[in-house]
Amino acid sequence: MTAQHDESFDQHVRRYLYVFYALLFGTLITVGASYIPFGNHAINIAVALCIACGKAFLVAGFFMHLISERKMIYGILGFTVFFFLGLMFLTVSAYADFPPLTVTH
Amino acid sequence: MDIPYTVQPREDTGLYNAKVGIWLFLASEVMLFGALFSSYILLRVGSPEGYWPRGWLNVPVGTVNTLVLITSSITTVMAWASCKMNQFGRFKVFHACTLLLAVTFVCIKSYEYHDKFTHYEITLKDGRIADGHIVENDPKADHVVISGRYVQDRRDLYDLEVRKAPHHHEELSIPRSQIEKMERYGPWHNTYLAIYFTLTGLHALHVIGGAIVIGFLWGPGSKMWETDPERFTNRVEISGLFWHFVDLVWIFLFPVLYLI
Repeated sequence: MTAQHDESFDQHVRRYLYVFYALLFGTLITVGASYIPFGNHAINIAVALCIACGKAFLVAGFFMHLISERKMIYGILGFTVFFFLGLMFLTVSAYADFPPLTVTH
Repeated sequence: MDIPYTVQPREDTGLYNAKVGIWLFLASEVMLFGALFSSYILLRVGSPEGYWPRGWLNVPVGTVNTLVLITSSITTVMAWASCKMNQFGRFKVFHACTLLLAVTFVCIKSYEYHDKFTHYEITLKDGRIADGHIVENDPKADHVVISGRYVQDRRDLYDLEVRKAPHHHEELSIPRSQIEKMERYGPWHNTYLAIYFTLTGLHALHVIGGAIVIGFLWGPGSKMWETDPERFTNRVEISGLFWHFVDLVWIFLFPVLYLI
C-alpha cells in the first residue's frame, strides 16, 4: 500500500469520525428540541423528522457510501423512493376521501 | 466452475454480485418498514383527541440506545476500513465492539419490554382504574399489589409527560374480589402498544440477525481473511450496509415513538 493511498484512507476515516460526532450531536438536538414548546405540536413533529432526515442522510451518504455510489445502485434506490413516496401519498390521501357513514372524532 | 464477479466488479455496472444483492434486499426492507410507518401514521392520525399515549416510553433509556446504535455504526465502518488497510487485528477489535454494542442494544430493549410487561392497568368494579407496575401477583393470594396510582378517567393515563404533570406513585393493595379486568401493557393492550411492539420487535429482530452475521464474520468466518482477503472485505462491507440500514430505521423510530 502506498503512502498516498494511506493518506487518502486516513482522510476517509477522519470523515467517518466527523459524521459520527454529527450523529451524536443530532441525537442530543432531537431530544432537546422535543422539550421546546413551539406552540403547535405539529411543529415539534416537523422539527424531529427534519433532524431525523438529516441524520439519515449522514448515515446513508457517508457510512453507506451513497454519496459516491454507482449508477445502478441509484437506479434501484430511485424505484424504491418512487414506491415509498407513493405509499405515503396513499396514506395521506386516505384522509381526503372518507367512505360514507365514517364516524370522525 | 467459479461464479463470476464475487470479488471483482463487473465492467459495465462497476459492482460485485453481493453489493447488487444487498441493495435490492435493502430496497425491499425500505418498503417493509415504510408500510409499517404508514400504518403508524394512519393509526395515530385516526386516534381520537387525547387518546394517543404520550410519555409512555423512557426517553433517557431510548436516547442511550440511540447512541449505542450510532456508535456501533462507526465501529462497523471502521472494521471495514481496517480490512481495506490490511489491518486484520484492528478489524477484530472494531467488530468485537460492534457485537458488544449490539448485545447492549438488545439488553436495553429487553429491559424496556420487561418494564411494559410488568405494567398493569386494573379496572375495578367501582369504576376506578389502578395503573402501575406489579409488586405481588400470587394467584393464591386474595390481593394484588402494584406500585402505581388510581385514576377515574382512562384519559388520565394517556398523557404521561412528566414535565407536564408529575404524578405520585404508591404501593396499592387491591383485593381480587374488586377487580373487574386486569391487563398488562402488552401489544394487545391498545393500538399504540401494538404498533410500538410491532415496529421495535421487527427492528430488534434485524439487530439480532445482523449481530449473528457480524459474529460469524468476526469468529469462524474470519478464516477467509487468510485465503481470500478481498472477498472477506467485501463480506464485511455487505454486512456493514445492512447494519447501517438497521441504524437508519432506528433514527426514525426513536423520535416517532419516544419523543413526538
